[in-house]
Amino acid sequence: MESNKISIIVVSGAHERLQMAAMVASVGAVSGNEVSVFLSMNAMPYFVKGSDTRAPAEGPFGTLMAGKNVPAFRMLFQQAIELGGAKVHPCSMAMDVMGVESEGLEPFLSEPLGLTKFLRDARDAQVWTF
Amino acid sequence: MPERKVIDARGSFCPGPLMELIGWIKLAEIGDELEVLSTDKGSANDIPEWVKKVGHDFLGAREEAGVWHITVKKAK
Repeated sequence: MESNKISIIVVSGAHERLQMAAMVASVGAVSGNEVSVFLSMNAMPYFVKGSDTRAPAEGPFGTLMAGKNVPAFRMLFQQAIELGGAKVHPCSMAMDVMGVESEGLEPFLSEPLGLTKFLRDARDAQVWTF
Repeated sequence: MPERKVIDARGSFCPGPLMELIGWIKLAEIGDELEVLSTDKGSANDIPEWVKKVGHDFLGAREEAGVWHITVKKAK
C-alpha cells in the first residue's frame, strides 16, 4: 500500500472548518496516509481540557449540521489517532498566548510543535489548511 | 469459524459509518464478514473505496427501504 503524508493546519474555530479538517484527518489516516495535524489560533480553545465542544456555525451548512447526527469533530480527530496513527499537535505559540500548558490540553494530543518543525515535516506532504 | 457481525450505523453521516466499520474490523479475525447498515448514501460509495484501498474484500452493497447494507470480508 502506498503511503503519503498529509499535513493539516487548523486555525478556524468555525464548526464547518473543524469538521472538514477532522474528516480529512480521520479518513486520510485510516487510508494509509501519515497524517499530522497542527492546531493553532481559533481552533485551539476546543482542545483545552473540559472546554465546550460545540463550535459556532460559520454559515447555513453549519446550522444544518447542528441538527443532524454528524460525528463530533473531536471524536473524529481521536479516531484519526486511534485507528489511523495520526498525530495532532498543538501550536506552541498558541499555547504561550493562551497561557496553557500541555497538562491543560486534551490528553489525546501529541507534543506541542513550533512552526519550524511542522513545516520541515510537511516538506514532502500534501498540505491542507482549514 | 469465520463470524459475521452486523454494524448498525444508521442515522450517522460520513465518515461515521466508515469509522465504525474500521473500529470493528480491527477487532475481527481474518475471514470474518462485517455488514454495515447505513442510511448515508455517501458512505455506500466511500466504504468500497476504502476497502479496495487497504486490501480487504468488498462483498457487495445493496439498498433496502432506504438502508444500505455494505458487506466486507477482513482479508488481512
